[in-house]
Amino acid sequence: MTSAIHIENLTRRFGDLVAVDTVSFDIGQGEIFGLLGPNGAGKTTTLSMLATMLEPSSGTATINGIDITGDADGVRKSIGIVFQDQSLDEELTAWENMDFHGRLYRIPAAVRNQRIDELLRLVELSDRKDDIVKTFSGGMRRRLEIARGLLHHPSVLFLDEPTLGLDPQTRNHLWTYIATLAQEKGITIVITTHYMEEADRLCNRIAIIDHGKIIAMDTPERLKARIGGEVVTITSPDPERVVSVLDGAGIGKTDRRDGQVTIRLDHAEQQISGLIVRLSENHVPVTALAIHKPTLEDVFLSFTGKTIRDEEIDGKETMRIHHRIMRH
Amino acid sequence: MDIVYTIWLRSMKRYLRSKSRIIGSISMPLFLLLFLGFGLNAVVTLPNSENYIAFLMPGMVAMSVLFSSVFSGIQIIWDKQFGFLKETLVAPVTRLEIMIGQTVGGATTAFIQGIIILVLSLFIGLVVDNPFRFLVAFLFMALIGISFTAFGIAIASRMEDMTGFQLIMNFIIFPVFALSGAFFPIASLPPVMGTVTLLDPLTYGVEGIRYGLNGSSQIDPLVCLAVIGAFALATTVIGAFLFRKIRI
Repeated sequence: MTSAIHIENLTRRFGDLVAVDTVSFDIGQGEIFGLLGPNGAGKTTTLSMLATMLEPSSGTATINGIDITGDADGVRKSIGIVFQDQSLDEELTAWENMDFHGRLYRIPAAVRNQRIDELLRLVELSDRKDDIVKTFSGGMRRRLEIARGLLHHPSVLFLDEPTLGLDPQTRNHLWTYIATLAQEKGITIVITTHYMEEADRLCNRIAIIDHGKIIAMDTPERLKARIGGEVVTITSPDPERVVSVLDGAGIGKTDRRDGQVTIRLDHAEQQISGLIVRLSENHVPVTALAIHKPTLEDVFLSFTGKTIRDEEIDGKETMRIHHRIMRH
Repeated sequence: MDIVYTIWLRSMKRYLRSKSRIIGSISMPLFLLLFLGFGLNAVVTLPNSENYIAFLMPGMVAMSVLFSSVFSGIQIIWDKQFGFLKETLVAPVTRLEIMIGQTVGGATTAFIQGIIILVLSLFIGLVVDNPFRFLVAFLFMALIGISFTAFGIAIASRMEDMTGFQLIMNFIIFPVFALSGAFFPIASLPPVMGTVTLLDPLTYGVEGIRYGLNGSSQIDPLVCLAVIGAFALATTVIGAFLFRKIRI
């Protein structure tokens, strides 16, 4: 497997904060690679460095063998990027935004026009192509940005939370399209996301990143296999007691989140009756109990000790949303 | 060149769509021209017994170009805030190309704004007696446009948001304008103020336009051309340098 992206001891500091801490890994040609982590984990910082938007404090990375600090322009020609925050010109139409991009990447007019039409059709914006972007919904803007990122046929495409704020139907649609792209055109895709389902369905490999460090990296299947067995979720009005009773009995490893307790068990179907007996003997109230195969959500929980949803809207994010509202 | 054109094209499209901006930025010079001009015409006697409205016209054209160009340059802050700047910065183009494109685009819109005042002036007594000298006025308008768009870009490169905009307008742009001799003949100022006026680069732009429109100016038009030309070059170089270091 030739590597499209090679990262070696990549580090970025902001003052005392180490946002990305000596990260090293390789991403293969045509691979869909997911960077998973809570907000502030260093996903976007890593992406910004790879996209030559931010200089690393130390360490190196190459994209298609081109050094990100040595030949930024060379890197830029071969990458496409869809930013987490919107980067469209709201005063221009959808078509004009595409056209501007095509001209910046010096795509000849004939090819440019044909590709713009194709891509707008793909993201189902053909009938709105001459409308000013200001009138577009969040989902439409996102689709337009993805179409724009593909216009110059990049060999590596970075998608920073690509389906954030999209309706499930559009999201599904995009997933199918992204998967096709990687398969047919051999485009390497790097996605940051906190939709576990998205990562699970799309990515060939996933790196879980927290506090600037990669804490696990493997295929979704193997990551889930690492947890092993099944996951039992117990919903109870008194989760503390569930934890103390089960920990006392030494059944599996317990994790608490919200009103729920999860336990990982091998052959859960055989152990479950014993577990229930134990709980009822101790008069622990149980509202619901479920057994399921581990998901990436469980993987994430076991590696970081928190669910990704806890992290979804932290203080900084709230402030940013607030700031955005104030501006409009 | 194609990149400069692309960015220029975007400026033009945005400009033509912002009717409020077009009207907003010509209203001030137009009001001044009408009310100051007609109001003071009878009471102001100029040394060369020139009509005060005619004296005021070059200054108001320059004002229109000045404010419009600073505004165009500073608009980069909006691109920064609304994220669009990222789109251009991550493309395989040099920052110099982007900066030049922005400058040419801003200068063009400012130039058109000046032309609008010029055309309106035709209705209140501006006489075109020599088309060649008119071209001279155009040249100076373009140079003022380039200078102050580049100046706006330089400022915008160092500013985080629009909160400082008013400060820049009040403490830099307005004094630059007021001291430029747009309202009064330089010769009638006390010597100290006269010197200050001669330190203002816009003075040379205004006088250049004055030569173009009225056929005479208080400063030699070639000196004007040299000074405002050098100023345009200097602001462009500084603007390009600061834009290169822009952080988003």
